Amino acid sequence: MKILDLTAVELAGRIRRGEIDAMEPLEAVFDRISEREEQLHCYLVLDRDGARARARELQKRRSAGETLGLLAGVPVAVKDNLCTKSMRTTCGSRMLENFIPSYDATAVRNLRNADAIILGKTNLDEFGMGNTTESSYFGMTRNPWNVERSAGGSSGGSAAAVASGECYAAIGTDTGGSVRQPASHCGVVGLKPTYGTVSRNGLIAYCSSMDQAGPVTKDVRDSAALLSVIASSDPKDATSLQRDDLSFPENIPQDVESLRIGIPTDDSGKGLDPEIREAVWSVATALKERGAILEEFDLGITKYVVPAYYTIACGEASSNLERYDGMKYGLRVSAVGLHETYRKTRTAGFGAEVRRRILLGTFALSEGYYDEYYLTAMKVRRLIKDAYDKAFLKYDVLIGPTSPQIAPKLGEAGMDPLASYLADVYTVPANLTGMPAMSLPCAMHSTGLPIGVQLTAALFQEKTLLRVGAAWEQIRGQRHEG
Amino acid sequence: MKDNGTKKEYETVIGLEVHVELSTRTKIFCGCAATFGATPNTLVCPVCLGMPGTLPVLNRRVVELAMAVGLALNCDVTRTTRFDRKNYFYPDNPQNYQISQLYLPICRNGWLGIGEGDDERKIRIHELHAEEDAGKLTHDEEGKETLVDYNRAGIPLIEIVTEPDLKNAGEVISFLEKLRMVIGYLEASDCKLQEGSMRVDVNLSLREVGSEQLGTRTEMKNLNSFRAITRAIDAEAKRQKELLDAGKEILQETRRWDDQKGVSYSMRSKEDAQDYRYFPDPDLPPVVISEEWIQAVREALPEMREERKERFVREYGIPAYDAGVITQSVHLARWFEQTAALGIMPKKVSNWIMGEGLRLLREKEMDPEDVRLSPEHFAALIRMNEENEITNAIAKEVFAKAIDTDLDPESYVKANGLMTMRDDSLLRETVKRVIAENEKSVADYKNGKEKALGYLVGQTMKAVRGQALPAAVTAMLKEELNA
Repeated sequence: MKILDLTAVELAGRIRRGEIDAMEPLEAVFDRISEREEQLHCYLVLDRDGARARARELQKRRSAGETLGLLAGVPVAVKDNLCTKSMRTTCGSRMLENFIPSYDATAVRNLRNADAIILGKTNLDEFGMGNTTESSYFGMTRNPWNVERSAGGSSGGSAAAVASGECYAAIGTDTGGSVRQPASHCGVVGLKPTYGTVSRNGLIAYCSSMDQAGPVTKDVRDSAALLSVIASSDPKDATSLQRDDLSFPENIPQDVESLRIGIPTDDSGKGLDPEIREAVWSVATALKERGAILEEFDLGITKYVVPAYYTIACGEASSNLERYDGMKYGLRVSAVGLHETYRKTRTAGFGAEVRRRILLGTFALSEGYYDEYYLTAMKVRRLIKDAYDKAFLKYDVLIGPTSPQIAPKLGEAGMDPLASYLADVYTVPANLTGMPAMSLPCAMHSTGLPIGVQLTAALFQEKTLLRVGAAWEQIRGQRHEG
Repeated sequence: MKDNGTKKEYETVIGLEVHVELSTRTKIFCGCAATFGATPNTLVCPVCLGMPGTLPVLNRRVVELAMAVGLALNCDVTRTTRFDRKNYFYPDNPQNYQISQLYLPICRNGWLGIGEGDDERKIRIHELHAEEDAGKLTHDEEGKETLVDYNRAGIPLIEIVTEPDLKNAGEVISFLEKLRMVIGYLEASDCKLQEGSMRVDVNLSLREVGSEQLGTRTEMKNLNSFRAITRAIDAEAKRQKELLDAGKEILQETRRWDDQKGVSYSMRSKEDAQDYRYFPDPDLPPVVISEEWIQAVREALPEMREERKERFVREYGIPAYDAGVITQSVHLARWFEQTAALGIMPKKVSNWIMGEGLRLLREKEMDPEDVRLSPEHFAALIRMNEENEITNAIAKEVFAKAIDTDLDPESYVKANGLMTMRDDSLLRETVKRVIAENEKSVADYKNGKEKALGYLVGQTMKAVRGQALPAAVTAMLKEELNA
């Protein structure tokens, strides 16, 4: 077995046990990066020297008899909207092209504390706003399965890096599907934890009430390991949760006997690719054969989720992005007078999609429109939450597609923003409600691109997602054994 | 239009918005020290600089102090309170939004009484909410550069909004003095207008006498002293009356008071008013205030003025009038009590505070909290005076020096030789010299003009620099003159 084929958990085990020197997988990753990065463009920042120094340090500590952490020596990539101390953090925006944070995001610090090696920062749609990674100021990321296709987004760099072996695992962030959808498009596992599980301290805000970091990994067991590492109750984030149910056994239970699975009726119109629909049903059917109970049901709210999501997300974004004004850090385009400097800086610093969302959000919060748009969207959000709460009285897990389409051809998605927004229909409910959700590779499309299936569970029920995911991996025969 | 041609009678209607900086140890949303006078931009961190990725975390002490003030102002506490973002672009705010409260302020529906007894009037409090202060901008003289100090960014504020219940400048000042006293007793703020720890905006309109309909109001800003507030209110009422008398309309606008020139200028009209796009801050979960928490804050409220006044009369036996004057400020009340506790007759202490003390505060433009004279040194001074170790004149002189410095009166008197003259021969020599030098007054006295004796006593006191007891001087003068 080639060293790059190891999962993160397998690799960490071998490094901890002294079977592999931490420098070995790191150099293998660098070789892979040399081969593929020029074409794929997963990374915005790559810290080869820092990573090597870290590998040497870990190796030294191991030699001195120290037991290394859960992610000992695992080369991990971090989405470039998570602050890294002394390492450029750009959000894929010209606005922050040269911004170097003075502190580590809590999730990043947790990775370091688990003895992971931070390789660098991965590409993303500007400020996480997009689902193709094409709105990055620094250029798009290509899909490792087909370089004419998008890697998805906004965590496209993280998903493509894991899929291509340019890292062993990555952290993405998910505001409306930004971990799950690129994971689906790149054939890897993407998990969005329950809102509040991973601290948002150091996550550069797009939509504060929905942003949540999560792992992008080769398999479910890696997902569990990374989740247990990055999750923490954080006094620096008032919305972070205290959880003590996030340490998982080495072998995730795979039993689905009597598990109640709900499949929401698809009322999203004609948008769903029939091959994806078939793939999702084949997962559900396979689980049923293992003893799960399957039922189709009507959520009844699907047509409201995208409008509610974009109204709230853009509203919050319009406020969150006000701080980028050219006064304190980041880009400044000097002009005569304060307001002209603001205008020129923000026009030059933000790309078209970010500007569009700021304008939409500003409008939604404006006097006279607040009640009609923002407040209405917040009420709809409540109704969506109620619909899911009701569903979870009957079901342990919901199964559906992650994305209605496979990875789009590059250049196509940007043509019609509205169609692009509608493609988020399956992923945004988890963000609106705070529920955990996970995308798993489930089949190959006739075009040769991966298809993802999405599992959604009630708040705090990550373990159910991992269990069903592990079961599916075993059925599919792709479970990595340590 | 039967009134046509005759001028209408108007009454002034005033509502206040009072910002008060809370004396917490740390800022409202981060751990930086909330203190003044530090080198610019040294009391800052990524959170109060609004750096990307940082999040506010509420200082619970702010909620408690705001609740305490609200309870003292007879407000209802909002059981689920929440913070909102007020969005505006200006460099004083690093995030370009201020975290404030619009929809669910911590306290609502209170009142504060002004005037005493039958004249007491309840001024209704519309709401009290908490928010963060902004940074401080300094513009250079040529207007080329603007510097920002973010030390103040994130200092906790409460804003107290009254109903339009005030009628004139006098009532406004009474209200503000009372408010300052209440907040002082709670030790929630030092409430200094000059230093900006208390900021007052005055909303003023005129209403036709007998009418229920409120007129168009203006909001006056930049009022940095009680005097400025008084002058601005009088000037604005006059300005509005003149406009109305001339048949013109009042514009709803924000005006800036120029206290040097004694006039106000329009800052912005209603049309220019910004749309702040308030919405609940998603970074801060709602604060649920339990009955137990309210009860705990209520029980921790210190003894307020009325209770303390009654207790001073009861425990120290000073007249109600004295107790009333002394308890106007918690600082004076504490000074009194701690000094009296050192065994000094309480009435002597209250006399000193009410007489020389208040006179000196006015003269030196000090606030009661600026008094530095410790109870120990104050007690020593009074004792020395009572025991005739120093004369009244010397005691006053030492008190004036010590009140803002806390010099030790005993060593000061000793070092400067200010003790009362005990040596009769020295005094007698001085008396003889004064008699010799003031033949006319001596003649007058001998001709029955008693007033001349007073003059001679004064001359003698002056010659001994106040260090003799007036009674002793008078007796000795009489002896010599009659000899």
